[in-house]
Amino acid sequence: MASVFENTNWMLAPILVPLAAATVAFLLMGIRGEARRNAQNAVGLAAALGVALSALALWAMVSGGGPVRYELGGWEAPLGINLYADGLSVFMLITTAIVGGAGSVYALGYFSGREGEDARRKEDLQDETGSFWPLWMFLWASMNGMFLAADAFNLYITLEILGLSAAALITLGGTRMAFSAGMRYLMVSLLGSLAYLLGVALLYGSFGALDLATLGEAASPIPPVWAALALISLGMALKTGLFPLHFWMPAAYTSAPSAASAILAGLVGKASFYLLLRVWFDVFGGSAPPAAGQIPGVLGAVAIVWGAVMAMRQTRIKTLLAYSSVSQMGYLFLLFALVSGAAPERSFEAWGGGVYLVLAHACAKAAMFMAAGVVIYSVGHDEIPRLRGIFQKLPISVATFAVGGITMMGLPTSGGFTAKYLLFTASVGTGQWWYSLVVLAGSILAALYLLRFLNPALIQVPTAKVYRDAPQIMSGTAFVLAVFSVFLGLMSAPLFELLSVGAPFPSGTMGGS
Amino acid sequence: MGWSAMLPLLVILSSALASFVIFFLDDSRAKLRTAIYVGGETVKLVLVLVMLRGIYFEEDYELRVPVLPGIDFLLRVNELSMLFLVLSAGLWLVTTVYSIGYLRGAPHRSRFFGFFGLSVSATAGIALSGNLFTFYIFYEILTLATYPLVVHRDTPEAMRVGRMYLVYTIGGGVVLLAGVVGLQLVAGAVEFTPGGALSGDEASGAVLAAIFFIFIAGLGVKNAFVPLHSWLPAAMVAPTPVSALLHGVAVVKAGAFGIVRVVHEVYGLELAQTLGVLLPLTIIASVTIVYGSFMAAFQDELKKRLAYSTVSQVSYIALGISLFSLTGSVGGVVHLVHQGVMKVTLFLCAGAISETLGIKHISKMGGIGRRMPWTMGAFALAALGMIGLPPMAGFISKWYLGLGAISAGQPWVIAVLVLSTVLNAIYFLPILYAAFFGKPSEEVAEAPEPEGRFETDPLMLFPILTTAAITLLVGVFAGMEISPLGWSELIAGRGTDYEPRN
Repeated sequence: MASVFENTNWMLAPILVPLAAATVAFLLMGIRGEARRNAQNAVGLAAALGVALSALALWAMVSGGGPVRYELGGWEAPLGINLYADGLSVFMLITTAIVGGAGSVYALGYFSGREGEDARRKEDLQDETGSFWPLWMFLWASMNGMFLAADAFNLYITLEILGLSAAALITLGGTRMAFSAGMRYLMVSLLGSLAYLLGVALLYGSFGALDLATLGEAASPIPPVWAALALISLGMALKTGLFPLHFWMPAAYTSAPSAASAILAGLVGKASFYLLLRVWFDVFGGSAPPAAGQIPGVLGAVAIVWGAVMAMRQTRIKTLLAYSSVSQMGYLFLLFALVSGAAPERSFEAWGGGVYLVLAHACAKAAMFMAAGVVIYSVGHDEIPRLRGIFQKLPISVATFAVGGITMMGLPTSGGFTAKYLLFTASVGTGQWWYSLVVLAGSILAALYLLRFLNPALIQVPTAKVYRDAPQIMSGTAFVLAVFSVFLGLMSAPLFELLSVGAPFPSGTMGGS
Repeated sequence: MGWSAMLPLLVILSSALASFVIFFLDDSRAKLRTAIYVGGETVKLVLVLVMLRGIYFEEDYELRVPVLPGIDFLLRVNELSMLFLVLSAGLWLVTTVYSIGYLRGAPHRSRFFGFFGLSVSATAGIALSGNLFTFYIFYEILTLATYPLVVHRDTPEAMRVGRMYLVYTIGGGVVLLAGVVGLQLVAGAVEFTPGGALSGDEASGAVLAAIFFIFIAGLGVKNAFVPLHSWLPAAMVAPTPVSALLHGVAVVKAGAFGIVRVVHEVYGLELAQTLGVLLPLTIIASVTIVYGSFMAAFQDELKKRLAYSTVSQVSYIALGISLFSLTGSVGGVVHLVHQGVMKVTLFLCAGAISETLGIKHISKMGGIGRRMPWTMGAFALAALGMIGLPPMAGFISKWYLGLGAISAGQPWVIAVLVLSTVLNAIYFLPILYAAFFGKPSEEVAEAPEPEGRFETDPLMLFPILTTAAITLLVGVFAGMEISPLGWSELIAGRGTDYEPRN
């Protein structure tokens, strides 16, 4: 078996599989009706399986032999296109494989609505043009491409494709609100990519290189590097939705069809965060002034509180979840302040905690958006005041919301607990205890905003009318994903072993003795 | 990984798996549900007894799984774990049988029994945790598993209380986490060690003392120290078996058990005394004891009175632990069991009364002793035990606490005990007087005659009689080595040169 995994051609699979599926699904748009749907579904599921298998293969390869570099067509950098996979890349691939796979299964049910079935629809449930699968597959290919890209320019290209396909997915519903949210997201996305491109141009002007590893060796603390760091950080903070640049998020996540919301909130925001991690630590590892990390750190801390407070004031499930994302994204940015703190031995904990939250939050939040989708599918809306007692009709979906909420609150045994525990330890350990207070406060605030929906949903009162039963595959997928997120805290050991491969910081040994 | 390493995990899983299966059963399948549940309980009890025997013969049971840099998931069994584990497994069986009678025909029984079992599994995890990290994990699982039980009735009032319950307990959990992380950073991986895991050289005394009080604040929420106690009387909105579970075995006890762990097996009595953190704890516990007893006297609703009584009685445990004296520690540790048995009896009686006669207020309990003699007899036994009448369980606890106070050089604690005893008598004796000698109230006079042979559902009556009998037995046979008292002496004596009397 080992010899199979040594073949670096595996590295192309996570990109090529969804790309091929996107092309096939696009061609299938020519067919009409039921046949197209079935064919596209089959293609999409096959691609999801392919991504999962190739991610596992890469996992075996990277944990066996360390980081891998693949030269496309045998051309070395700086001439050829190179792919590079270390623990972080594979970790992100696994994240997309899990959440993207669940999203694909969910979509089978979500888009199964028959045409003209209901007049009260709030979201597009039919996907009459069959454009969901091609867009989603392009999106997936671009994300996986980003995780494997070895140079700054290819990162830019994947970033652009990602933004375009995500904007298109938002508008899939076809409502006026969806169009305006999609347009706004497109503008934000282009602006973010532009800032990134300017940063890269500055780097290229200074060092004449685009390869990340080469840049990392060449970079030195000079003003153009700082400007590049600032531009790239600004662009990616915008695309990830860091406070106060989160303004586009609630509208985008709310107006997208829930199948797409799950993918957007779960994965797309994380991709730009990944890029930030790459650039910040692999390229600017030694040349950024330590104080610079305080800017994203402080904004992240504000985001945790602000997002949670705003989430408490929402009256729709999906906007509540969107503001919850604002809050949870804030946790990710804490790591920039924590790794540049006074205690270098805490750096891996902070970095690993943030990265682990990417996976934990992706699973939990995607599951919660899927559950919201089931509510909308069944009841026709997601307005919390009109959903009193809905647990009696949709027990699985309310349970999904509650179980996913365990990660938001950072309680054991969820992955959110592991992540927040590490962030907490790192903030106390580096002497920046004020961040630890924010981490803790975020948990309590999360409990409060989750109860905003759960409390009325659980009481025994006459409840909203379910006028259409959602396919069980929708609620089932959401529930399984949520339950998975709760067990993530128990699976941390192998995943941290993986993350330590090629990590920018030395990791401690696992276990206490 | 051998059989003995898996045993602690199996104890937790036996009840957790049974509960998990039950979630998927339709409410109407009562027989299958009971079969699965009793099956899980039997397996658990057998495993617990095997382990109890093993621990008595000084075998080791340890399961260690590395989860994070510097952190293990650790289950390890020692004498203190067994005390709490036997208590929770035993009372679980009793309250389950009771619940089957109590909830006959009620909606959402699968949900109820599922979370009930999960709560007990979490309690077992708390008992078996070998380090603070693992303890914290199960402590929080307990919070989540008990929430659906507290709001079981699904009324707006229940939801309001549930919200309060979550905010209090999650807030407490967050503070506890701060303590766990703080100690991890200062002292590395801390495992529970009889006699104390810390040497005192890890950090300055002020830092260690500060972390100690963070622990007390975090654990104090579930332990219901004044002023963190308000959730406990409010949580009375839950069904009675849940109240019994919360007060006697699970939630409140988890807080108290955590305090025992922190004082005895993390800091150790010697170090805690050197740091000067014991006296503040004694004072907090004393204030809570007096305040709780005082408030209890003003409640007319029976369950509320019992709740305030719990606020008061559970702090006996912390009081005993905080006395720098092994006798005091014995009194505190043994009260962990005694209070559990007595309070469960009282709650089960209260539930039987309200289910059978619809009476929830003390002012309407006149003459009830003639209609339900067995139930009220059990109630009287437990209440007298609470007051501290020999030879009941409560007397043993108070006796050791008193002796401990003297040998610790804190004679004023005796005054606290006396005051609390007087207040106990003030709020319990009128109930007994009215029940047996009072004029029958309207409700009692109009109550229908019992339908079967028994004064109430036998599935409720027998558990009540069982726990009442235990209340008496653990007091009468306290001198035996295997009694809770004998076991507590064993626990308190470890890591010291204390010789338990035989």
